[in-house]
Amino acid sequence: MTSRQLVLSVVIAAIVMFVLPVFFDVLNLTTYAAYALLALSLGFVWGYGGILCFGQTAFYGLGAYVYAMTAINLGEAWGGFFLAILIPAIFAAILGAMMFYGRLSDVYLAVVTLVVTLLLFRFMNTTAGPEYVIGEARMGGYNGIPGFPTLHTPGNPDANIYDEELYYFTFIILFVCYLLTRWLLGSPFGRVLVGLRENEQRIELLGYDVRARKTAAFAFGGGLAGLAGCLYANAAEIVTPELFSLGLAAEAIIWVIVGGTGTLIGPMIGAAVLGHLKFVLGLQSIKQVFGKENPLEATLVFGMILVLFVLFLPRGVVPSIQGWFGRSLVGRFKSGSGMRRRTRSERARNGA
Amino acid sequence: MDLAVVVVYEILYTIAFLALISAGLAVVFGMMRVVNLAHGEFILLGGYTAIVAHNNLGINLFVSMLVIAPVVVAVFGVVIERLIVRFLYGRLINTMLATWGLSLAMIGSFSLIFGTTTTSVKAPIGSISVGAFNISGYNIFIIASAIGVIALIFAILRFTRAGLVARGAMQNADMATAFGYDASRIYMATFAAGAALAGLAGGILAPLVGIGPNAGSLYIAKAFITVISGGASVVSGLITSSGFFGFVTQIVTFLTNSVIGELGLLVAAIILLRLLPTGISGRFFKNRL
Repeated sequence: MTSRQLVLSVVIAAIVMFVLPVFFDVLNLTTYAAYALLALSLGFVWGYGGILCFGQTAFYGLGAYVYAMTAINLGEAWGGFFLAILIPAIFAAILGAMMFYGRLSDVYLAVVTLVVTLLLFRFMNTTAGPEYVIGEARMGGYNGIPGFPTLHTPGNPDANIYDEELYYFTFIILFVCYLLTRWLLGSPFGRVLVGLRENEQRIELLGYDVRARKTAAFAFGGGLAGLAGCLYANAAEIVTPELFSLGLAAEAIIWVIVGGTGTLIGPMIGAAVLGHLKFVLGLQSIKQVFGKENPLEATLVFGMILVLFVLFLPRGVVPSIQGWFGRSLVGRFKSGSGMRRRTRSERARNGA
Repeated sequence: MDLAVVVVYEILYTIAFLALISAGLAVVFGMMRVVNLAHGEFILLGGYTAIVAHNNLGINLFVSMLVIAPVVVAVFGVVIERLIVRFLYGRLINTMLATWGLSLAMIGSFSLIFGTTTTSVKAPIGSISVGAFNISGYNIFIIASAIGVIALIFAILRFTRAGLVARGAMQNADMATAFGYDASRIYMATFAAGAALAGLAGGILAPLVGIGPNAGSLYIAKAFITVISGGASVVSGLITSSGFFGFVTQIVTFLTNSVIGELGLLVAAIILLRLLPTGISGRFFKNRL
């Protein structure tokens, strides 16, 4: 990224950050920013690493739980904040090493990541009893963990960061993570990673250790997702096993698909827009339009969105817009989509 | 002695349960390389159909379970295949994503139509006593059904012309077309067969488990694991992997409790896939049925 692009993206991000609260509730926006970070992590792992992780929410939930439990034990937030990045990253590294050194691919990878998420979901649901306790933090089973200390000014546990401050904090973290990811993708490591997505064998024959690189990328994604979970925990002020549920895992995939794989900005926009859509669908007035009191019709809408996008717009919204407008307007926000398009058409030609 | 009988019976039941819920998915994955993530909801649809046919329409329970449920779900499967799946053949990940979307949409529809509560129907067979223990008689029916289903799949694939043509078309669609068979219709029929098996499983299990809109994720997780770990061979993969997982789950359940038993299944799956990345049949029964 050139310095001109950097300045431009800072300006755009700042405008977006200050304009959004005019139209939307800040607590909702904080949640959407946490979703966007989760989507960014999945967008990186899937769109650039070519690793379709069905259970990115495993790291997200883990980050939230690690944060909550550390915060309760320490009585302050920052230790938990960093552990919420570190532990999911380590967990992702171990899981990734197991999968990539075992040369699992595609569908098997999807199974393993999904199973791990389910495992955590089942396990967390059973931890209601008093014997499940780490330090002073009870894991709380299906009730989750409420009432942990939230983020505060470093060194002063009483000066909580909340409401608007938390929104700005979350948004800035999201933006920093976005820049970090872009920087990583521009580095030699990132270039090789994208090459690996396009042709794993070729990269391997060029002498790069594919397994180690995939594991590292996966760990980076896991750390981002863990941070997203930590931020979500601070916005929601409760963590529950729902963070590991299949429903949320599916939603994360939908955000990325709708926003567009192979971009970073797309998944983030997808997460925010669909997060808001879900919020709107859950509102009382909409339920009355549908005529029935029902908490699940968001599921119906999201399912249909996923089917329609896979069938009609598998590249997602942002890459398609980029395709229509050429590289001039939005083109500077992405890299590598031209390559992606070629491989897709290649695949279509081969009928594979 | 009585305890041993009960333990063996429970293990057999768990294996049968896994085989039953996985059979449809195994056919679709093994033959067509399509992973239908809406499989759990197909099972639920079968369950709902059986319950509605019995409770609301007053049809004999066995007819509802064994005939109406599979037929209805097969018809639904044909519709889904024509509308969604057929555009995605050969794109494994896209099929998984699209059917995952279908699964969410079906969960939403179920809760709109049937409400979020669990519905059920009374089991037609009572309990049997073995020494000091009472065991469920209906489980014998489930074990018998699982054996029947596997035998049926094997017989159709191995001994009938339709099975031969289907296997041929899966290996080389162009060749099948050159011989005058319509590959597209064979795919459709195979998908419908998988859906029918899911419906059958749902029907048979309806008296045993509560059918609610969210119950599908339970089946899909187990079926998915069983089928993927079994590998590409339909029958041998299904038998070996449901045997393995049923055994592991039930043994762990006896040593601890049923929740840890389920976790045992998931952990076993991860280890198994690490050791045998192409599934059990990919390693031991390559290119067999």
